[in-house]
Amino acid sequence: MRYTKLVFAGALTLALGGPVVRARAAEPGVTATEVKIGNTNPYSGPASSYGTIGKAIAAYFRMVNDEGGVNGRKINFVSLDDGYSPPKTVEMVRQLVEQEQVLFLFQTLGTPTNTAIWKYLNDQRVPHLFVATGATKWGDPRGHPWTMGWQPTYQAEGHIYAEYILKHLPNAKIGILYQNDDYGKDYLKGFRDGLGPDGQKMIVSEQTYEVTDPTVDSQIVNLKESGADVFFNITIPKFAAQAIRRAADIGWKPTHFLNNVSASIGGVLKPAGLEASRGVLTAHYLKDPDDPDWRTDPGMKAWQAWMHRYYPEGSLHELFNVYGYTVAQNLVHVLRQCGPELSRANVMRQAASIKDLSLPLLLPGVKINTSPTDFYPIEQEQLARFDGERWVRFGPLFDASRHPSM
Amino acid sequence: MRLENADAPLAPEVATPPVRAAAVRPHAVRATAVRTVGLLTLVGVACLLPFELSDYRTFQFTQVFIYAIALLGLNMLTGYNGQISLGHGAFYGIGAYTTAIMIDRWGVPYGWTIPAAGLVCLLAGFLFGIPALRLEGLYLALATFALALAVPQILKHFDAWTGGSQGIVLSKPSPPAGLPLSPDRWLYFLSLGLLLLLLLLAWNLLRGRTGRALVAIRDNPIAAEAMGVNAALYKSLAFGVSAAYTGIAGALGGLAIAFVAPDTFNVFLSITFLVGIVVGGLASIAGAVFGALFIQFVPNWAQAISKAAPWAIYGVFLIGFMYVMPRGIAGALRLLGRRLARATGSRPG
Repeated sequence: MRYTKLVFAGALTLALGGPVVRARAAEPGVTATEVKIGNTNPYSGPASSYGTIGKAIAAYFRMVNDEGGVNGRKINFVSLDDGYSPPKTVEMVRQLVEQEQVLFLFQTLGTPTNTAIWKYLNDQRVPHLFVATGATKWGDPRGHPWTMGWQPTYQAEGHIYAEYILKHLPNAKIGILYQNDDYGKDYLKGFRDGLGPDGQKMIVSEQTYEVTDPTVDSQIVNLKESGADVFFNITIPKFAAQAIRRAADIGWKPTHFLNNVSASIGGVLKPAGLEASRGVLTAHYLKDPDDPDWRTDPGMKAWQAWMHRYYPEGSLHELFNVYGYTVAQNLVHVLRQCGPELSRANVMRQAASIKDLSLPLLLPGVKINTSPTDFYPIEQEQLARFDGERWVRFGPLFDASRHPSM
Repeated sequence: MRLENADAPLAPEVATPPVRAAAVRPHAVRATAVRTVGLLTLVGVACLLPFELSDYRTFQFTQVFIYAIALLGLNMLTGYNGQISLGHGAFYGIGAYTTAIMIDRWGVPYGWTIPAAGLVCLLAGFLFGIPALRLEGLYLALATFALALAVPQILKHFDAWTGGSQGIVLSKPSPPAGLPLSPDRWLYFLSLGLLLLLLLLAWNLLRGRTGRALVAIRDNPIAAEAMGVNAALYKSLAFGVSAAYTGIAGALGGLAIAFVAPDTFNVFLSITFLVGIVVGGLASIAGAVFGALFIQFVPNWAQAISKAAPWAIYGVFLIGFMYVMPRGIAGALRLLGRRLARATGSRPG
């Protein structure tokens, strides 16, 4: 309660007195020739496989600088290693804001790490843009007006599956398996909200597992016995593979929705068995570099050329490198839109007024839209079905933005 | 055999008091006076520091003090009592969560949560110390390692209290009414004050009977018991007090970061503490402060030197330190002091 009041008081001060004070002070991180942007990424530690995102972003800015920068300013991208440890993130972000004097933070990675700096950056009124996590809480313009997410949220994705079920499988009996933590519950909330009060009656069984459990075998048996013919599988890769395999072993053949978190062919579907995985559904928003549909796509070709030139040590099969490239393009768009007025307030204003932006490696039709009340840039995804070899996209784009809670 | 050899270089200096003691006595008094003045100067400098430094640097030094408290705790157990712990990150986490839960769920003022965290960890450490009595050396190290592995998962399990893997967001503690300090400076002085208090307590505890008993158990448990030291009691007490220190540090750490999450308190944190006490100097009170400076600043320097391989650079630093100062920074300084004293003492007059 006290916290909410504090935030409101903060927002009020900002609205009334903020811009006046700001206008007089010189904006940190901006000179006539340079704009300084801060970032933290796990280049070491348990989550270091994400580190390639930070490297891809830095490589993209190198290209932008070689081409003359943005509005005559070069981008100075200061990216520090936080090892995915929240205290380290706090220290590094304070270094970036107070010592390095960056204009804003961009793509800081991880849910716990961003949670640790969330309040600090909003108190300091430093833009905290396009954070690299799928949690839904980042789109809170009233409580946290300086923080914005980027990728579709877990809730948005759950919502999309619900929409599909309501339309195409109206008589479904739904069984759900989810990981018993914030990530699992975030997906579940989006899914239930999407079904609505009537639709929720379609759920016949909800099973959970702990991330420390050895298997999910008994949960799959329970789901089969509940008579469910639609399965929403909210699991991380290890358990996703187990669930697919177990369902096939006991002869349960539901319409199977697999969360995008575990949509990796090499990491999940192959270990589960390609035959057993046939027919599984998921949602995508980026172009997969391994998808033969994009072999002649100009956007994909430009990406490959950029990879060869600016990030040759990175993998050409890595979706994270597509992700880093695309989110960096989005930021450059925001900076261009800022024009000559490169202030913290204006960066935030422009980030919150993106209209129908399409980027080359987003799936065709996916458009980025934000507004002062909508801090969820990407909310469209397309369903894909696994045909035993690869994901085959089908049907229209789904848009989760029409839902009031989004 | 090995132990005796290792201690041999020090033995003569310790074992020749009769002649030197009388001669050195006025010298020793002067040395104590010099040390007191030196200490007071250091404290004075520490009090002025935050008014000269940026908020960010102040925050870094606050972390140094917090780590120093944790290292002091671990050093009592490992340095003085010879019990190796690879699990002190767990106590640090328990301390941090005690504070966070008390503030977030029960609305307790933060000042009360710091001693509470110490008490909770005292109890946890004491209880863990009882089964640990049966284990020694590497076996105890493994048992504490298990503790370090288990705690993050246990914290996630009780998510109704701990907030699960999303952790708990806290507000930065504000200074008491009337004190003209920014929150960063207030935390700095709070940590510094607690560090000094706990240093004093540790010094009192370790220089007398208790300290001798702890060291005796470390060096020769059988002889210690034969002389009437209750080894079981002292060992579990050492565990409890050590955990309490680390828990208080954890409580301060939680307040300084204003956020706790289970994966912060992982095995790596425990190892970092062990690195801290070894680099700082085992069985040395001042060593805790040196060790804290090392674990706070050296990883950052390593990153500044090479972004590609910061941990390789860190490793080089670590090997370098251990090679040049095998008894830690405190040990090296003590040796240096002794050489200086001998050099000045040998001068006539």
